[in-house]
Amino acid sequence: MFDGYTSSELMSIFAMQGFAGLSLFSVFVLMALGLAIIFGQMGVINMAHGEFMILGAYTTYLTSGFFQSYLPGLFGGYFFVAMILAFFICAALGALVEWLMIRHLYHRPLDTLLATWGLSLIMQQAYRSIFGAREVGVDLPEWMMGAIPVTDMVDLPINGVFVMIIALSVAVGVYLLMYRSGYGKKVRAVVQNRPMAEAVGINSAGIDRATFALGCGIAGIAGAAFTMIGSTGPSSGQAYIVDTFLVVVFGGAQSLIGTIVSAFGISQAQSTMEFFLSGSMAKVLTLLVVIGILMIRPEGLMALKVRR
Amino acid sequence: MSTAKSISGDFLLAVEGLTVSFDGFKAVDDLSFYLDPREIRVIIGPNGAGKTTVLDLICGKTKATTGSIKFAGKELTKLKEHQIVHSGVGRKFQTPSVFEDLTVFENLEVSYPQGHSVIGALAFKRDTAVIEAVEDVAKTIFLTDVLNEPAAMLSHGQKQWLEIGMLLIQKPALLMLDEPVAGMSVAERKKTAELLRVITKDHTVLVVEHDMQFVGDIADRVTVMHQGKVLSEGSIEHVKSDPKVIEVYLGH
Amino acid sequence: MKHSSLMKWFVSREGLYYLALAFLLVVLLPLTLDSFRLNMVGKYLTYAFVAIGLVMCWGKAGILSLGQGVFFGLGGYCMAMFLKLEASTPEATAIQSTPGIPDFMDWNQLTELPWFWEPFHSFSFTLLAVIGVPVLLAFVIGIAMFTRRVGGVYFAIITQAIAAVLTILIIGQQGYTGGVNGITDLQTLMGWDIRTDEARNILYFICVGMLFLCLFAARLVQNRKLGRILVAMNAQEMRVRFSGYDVAAFKIFVFCLAAAFAGIGGALFTLLVGFMSPSFIGIVASIEMVIFCALGGRLSILGAVYGALLVNAAKSGFSESFPELWPFAMGALFIGVVLAFPDGLAGLYKSYVMPLENKVFKRNKSKTAPVATRQTAEKVDDYSPMNDTYSPEKS
Repeated sequence: MFDGYTSSELMSIFAMQGFAGLSLFSVFVLMALGLAIIFGQMGVINMAHGEFMILGAYTTYLTSGFFQSYLPGLFGGYFFVAMILAFFICAALGALVEWLMIRHLYHRPLDTLLATWGLSLIMQQAYRSIFGAREVGVDLPEWMMGAIPVTDMVDLPINGVFVMIIALSVAVGVYLLMYRSGYGKKVRAVVQNRPMAEAVGINSAGIDRATFALGCGIAGIAGAAFTMIGSTGPSSGQAYIVDTFLVVVFGGAQSLIGTIVSAFGISQAQSTMEFFLSGSMAKVLTLLVVIGILMIRPEGLMALKVRR
Repeated sequence: MSTAKSISGDFLLAVEGLTVSFDGFKAVDDLSFYLDPREIRVIIGPNGAGKTTVLDLICGKTKATTGSIKFAGKELTKLKEHQIVHSGVGRKFQTPSVFEDLTVFENLEVSYPQGHSVIGALAFKRDTAVIEAVEDVAKTIFLTDVLNEPAAMLSHGQKQWLEIGMLLIQKPALLMLDEPVAGMSVAERKKTAELLRVITKDHTVLVVEHDMQFVGDIADRVTVMHQGKVLSEGSIEHVKSDPKVIEVYLGH
Repeated sequence: MKHSSLMKWFVSREGLYYLALAFLLVVLLPLTLDSFRLNMVGKYLTYAFVAIGLVMCWGKAGILSLGQGVFFGLGGYCMAMFLKLEASTPEATAIQSTPGIPDFMDWNQLTELPWFWEPFHSFSFTLLAVIGVPVLLAFVIGIAMFTRRVGGVYFAIITQAIAAVLTILIIGQQGYTGGVNGITDLQTLMGWDIRTDEARNILYFICVGMLFLCLFAARLVQNRKLGRILVAMNAQEMRVRFSGYDVAAFKIFVFCLAAAFAGIGGALFTLLVGFMSPSFIGIVASIEMVIFCALGGRLSILGAVYGALLVNAAKSGFSESFPELWPFAMGALFIGVVLAFPDGLAGLYKSYVMPLENKVFKRNKSKTAPVATRQTAEKVDDYSPMNDTYSPEKS
């Protein structure tokens, strides 16, 4: 597939597609982090994760509209307000969902998958009823427009860079929370040995709820970031869900680094192949490669070999 | 223990240089031991000594990093679990794992060594040979009266026996039992010891056990494990008086 | 079964359940519905094939596949390819730049029939492929997954990804597959016009007949030792493995069985509806098939049929009058079935209707056999298809 390109052209193509893939990488990381936290701790697959992300996106959309109408002077900073709002709204809804639904299903992971799918249908239709079926977009603040020229052929759009910075900051934040905080210690204790964690006085039900809420909150941030690089429709979230699951599974469910590495690998592979093949074939090929690797290494890239 | 003897095939089970590591941690480290036919061998050792892992390795649940396990002259490390079962090794787990929804009869019937392929299981018929075998084993494991009860209704001890019975009906040459009397009443323990004595008339038995009283009751020989290695081996009296053993295990 | 035992089965409680379903599908619905509605019922029934497969695969053996649409679609596409070739005679396609190939290929500048379409000129090959292609794919997936011990949510996600891959592939390769529109304008089956009311009625009855064949096949599997191993595997996989069973082989078998059922359903779907498109394969379609099975009761093969009928009838009903409410209803159904009624309709039937039935049965029993023992009363319970317990027939 590389026929007819000189090596310097190929280099530029790889660089260009590589940078283009970084937006996809950012979305994957943000989506996958939330999923991975929830899946890693509770073994629960949240099929409505994409819809939580879209909730964050609509929150950002509404916030930007509010700033435009009432606080036009502060429009440059609306995104940060929106991001915080998105986090808390999604986290609150996540906690509610955990309390109403998920906590009854912890011993039935496959059933959780079906129930959260039902939730995703309801959320999607709710968006359609409230915001309409058409996709909506937000206006970027001025400082986010434009691009940074890197080479003659490659420009880096500022919004893309910004979103990537958010993704990486959230990743670092999650890392600090999981490995450097008291909460994280408790989470890991519950993952490793739930009865024992309970015996030493950890409120495991509370930890579960907090974790689920945290995962959903991160999905909200993902949604806020998502509006910076694309428009939002009721089913935009669903388009990413399969890919993100594969990112999580591929990275090894309980490994944060694995999640990021696999998000990077999958987004780059897809973006690079897209240049040479049609978009759909690139996606098919990426998915097939991931499925193939998972068959060889079902525990994911970074999983530890543990005694079972 | 000479290697020449293992090659001549006098042993039923010959474990040599067995090692398994989990991310660098060697749960079993260069372990060797040999079982004679019809022997009752008990493995003891402090928590984390690698006792259960040894059973896991023999029955194929865990794959060895290096080393060999020869059973009746056959190398087991390369076989899949069900192939190991078919070559005559039965394994009972620490917590009773019986099929709760099935009756005692059906539990034993499922374990009956026939119709183990997909087609075989489709064609399997309950003939008189099956019924006789089930009733026979049920008598051995004291469960004749509850044959038609669902296994979920059994007491903890009865479930342990049922699982032993599920192994017996397969007619294995080697039975491996992981803590068979854990959680049993004194009366049940006695009966279990009795059961094991009956079993060893035509089986070799490898037991992991903590209960020293019970070990003394049943063991021909005892292997003491510590940190994945053999610490001491011999009769119960021998290991009990071994200063190394006293230091790491009995001394506490 | 000997003649007398067959008769006995028909008047047993389980036999009556089957008779009731047969009465509903063969007598009641055809007499009360017009040809259009009956055709719709036939369409719903094609999903029941998938649901029966899911009962075996997910309900019994605990393997949740979110990609059953793939097998349904493959069966459907195999049939559609045959019908499309039959419709694309050189005479009928004379206006194309390349006559004799399907119209969508011509639109996509293909000048000859792709190699993998060639064998679908043959009807017997097509019939073979309807089952063979889905089973082959299921076999390959099964080997890859189950021998590597991939299960649970991992398996579910991977099957979902496979559904995504196939959909993208079909949509992307328009020239070979008809793309997003699918394969349409199917007219005749070996010269027999399948679009007339009469043909559709006949196809409906063929569908019902095939459904009962599949039901009996599933019943055979569940009542043999094979069925008990599947259920046992779900609860105590380790014990089954160390009782000397090759667990992977059993999983592969039941996954292939479900794929075969789905393929048959898909082929019948194509015949009844007259086209096949990727929208019946994808992630959304595939996961909906799970709810047919879950609503009916994941352990009951008869329940699966009712589940498929009810969900699809409700879907059509809603879509006609309140299309925007349907996703809410569907979402609520998913959550409700999982949270409140994990045993579905079959479970409800068992706890509310069966006690009434027991009274009736006992009254009958005391008329015919006044000395009915506790044993025989229990036997009747054992025959219930709803719990599908195995009844010990000690000789």
